Amino acid sequence: MSSQTRKLSYSLAINEAFHQLMERDESVMLIGQGVKSPWYVGNTALGLIPRFGERRIIDTPVSENAMTGAAVGAALAGMRTIVVHPRMDFMLYAIDPIINEAANWSYMNGGKLPVPIVIWGVINRGGEQGAQHSQALQAMFAHVPGLKVVMPATPYDAKGLMIAAVLDNNPVIFIDDRWLYNTEDVVPEEFYSIPIGKGIIRREGKDITVVAISYLVPEAVKAAEELALDGISVEIIDPRTVKPLDYDLIHQSLQKTGRLVVADGGWKTGGIAAEIAALAAEKSFSNLKAPVVRVALPDVPAPASRTLEEAYYPRSKDICSAIRKLLNR
Amino acid sequence: MPYTNKQLAGFYRSMLRIRICEEGFVEPINNREILCPVHLCSGEEAIATGVCSALQKDDYVFGNHRSHGHYLAKGGDLKAMIAEVFCRDTGCSRGRGGSMHLIDPSCGMLGSAPIVAGTISLALGAAMASWVRGSGQVAVSFFGDGATGEGVLYESLNFAALKTLPIIFICENNLYSTHLSIDEIRVSRNIYKIGLPFGEKSYRVDGNDVLRVHEQTTKAVELCRNGKGPVFIECLTYRQRGHVGPDDNVQGTHTDIRPANEIKKWMKKDPIKLFEKYLLSQAGFTSGDLKKIQHAVDDEVQEAFDFARMSPFPAQEDLTRHVFSN
Repeated sequence: MSSQTRKLSYSLAINEAFHQLMERDESVMLIGQGVKSPWYVGNTALGLIPRFGERRIIDTPVSENAMTGAAVGAALAGMRTIVVHPRMDFMLYAIDPIINEAANWSYMNGGKLPVPIVIWGVINRGGEQGAQHSQALQAMFAHVPGLKVVMPATPYDAKGLMIAAVLDNNPVIFIDDRWLYNTEDVVPEEFYSIPIGKGIIRREGKDITVVAISYLVPEAVKAAEELALDGISVEIIDPRTVKPLDYDLIHQSLQKTGRLVVADGGWKTGGIAAEIAALAAEKSFSNLKAPVVRVALPDVPAPASRTLEEAYYPRSKDICSAIRKLLNR
Repeated sequence: MPYTNKQLAGFYRSMLRIRICEEGFVEPINNREILCPVHLCSGEEAIATGVCSALQKDDYVFGNHRSHGHYLAKGGDLKAMIAEVFCRDTGCSRGRGGSMHLIDPSCGMLGSAPIVAGTISLALGAAMASWVRGSGQVAVSFFGDGATGEGVLYESLNFAALKTLPIIFICENNLYSTHLSIDEIRVSRNIYKIGLPFGEKSYRVDGNDVLRVHEQTTKAVELCRNGKGPVFIECLTYRQRGHVGPDDNVQGTHTDIRPANEIKKWMKKDPIKLFEKYLLSQAGFTSGDLKKIQHAVDDEVQEAFDFARMSPFPAQEDLTRHVFSN
């Protein structure tokens, strides 16, 4: 199959990134809870242990703090480590090594030692898993200087951003969403990376700009397809990296549309959507024809019951209604 | 005698260098020339010296808030350290870190940080890196008795033992966790025993006896290099100065908490005085030999303080530099 047409699922795209990174560079290693278990990490770690051994791919005791710290320490000692948290909620035990240590290390040591680590958190929302297996904490990490935060929405980007994150000499928080794991896309077999901090226009339009992140990108595309039937032309921007954010791309779009909906799967207050809205107010005020609208999670912990989940998680219909409201159509 | 005169003089010089630096900070702290929090390690020099002298240059060390000694004993650049405590641009962390963030990757000093127990898992990771590469390097984690209250220590002990990682856990038990006596934070003073349930070789040594520390560490290093790590060593010692700054929590000052007779007892066990006695009475050194070393160290330290004081502060236009590495 030619590399221009080969399709791969999101999770296998990540898996391919690992294989290619590890065969190229012996210092790349993966550590974390559940790397031997598809229950935890899907098929992202498929075939790694037989190829690269149980020293470079380590399934760990349930000790998030020490294991994340060990990944940071190994990075300081010259490895390129990926540490996985199969439920992002578990990362909260590791806030000290992530924020106090990894994020600060370069600055507080005058740039003397790089910290080439990827801290990979999986958002595992849905499935009646409730408040401690569903959280989307991107805003917390984006708040911290010294961390980069990427949230790929497509298999192509998942592979390219994982490679970029591992090759980066700084701590990168790589956040994916289990809801995306089965999505398929053309993924080149070649080794490639996507620049961290570069967004992409997913769909061109002229009436309104939707900035959508992670699983809300395909939802925004669905919304745009539906609205196109009514003659509404939606431009969709996928920042891909939420920090550093490619605001220039958003600004250019607002110069054209003057209207902005931001769709992020994190909580509304103090969230990524709030940050993008603030940037719009700061940098694109004269272009705006209407208030910015956020489509985000309500300020409520994730519920378990499927009926409540349906009300809780934003979907394409929520993006549609936000757009219609803004355009009065 | 298992030691050469050169080695013994080296131990003495290393401890003295640390002490003279530490005591040199007292005046500039008191006259507010130095503003950043400084945790002096006077009284604990035998541990840093005894441990680091058992290591090779490419072995790894991680410190904590009280790490001037670790940095110097491992071979960190003296001028860069003093300049860092003065928060100057020429400091080892370019004035971004201060006393609590000492680093010199060129000699394996990978950093220090004041989050209690925060660097234990980093040392664990450095040991893991050595284990993955099969490079034989050993990692040392220096932490205090206060850190035994943190869960990450136990997570790290477990993982280190599980993978037989080449790490030496050095607990510097100075009997005080900031202002609290060890008896107020633990039911047992036997810290070395916490390594035992994890299957670790665990020892307690007199942390004011540089030779005992060196010998125990040398054995530990050998075990680690032969795939028989980790090792836990508790070093009993005493903080001669305050938790932070010269006087905080020291008898006779406004924030004092320690009994006067306890301090007196420990001052008699000053590691440098003990070692001087040994050198003079058992190793054939003369007081002239020691004076010669003292003068040389005095001059070197004085020069470093002069260097720090003459160094510029970081430029304000460089505020945002070093957030990321290239």
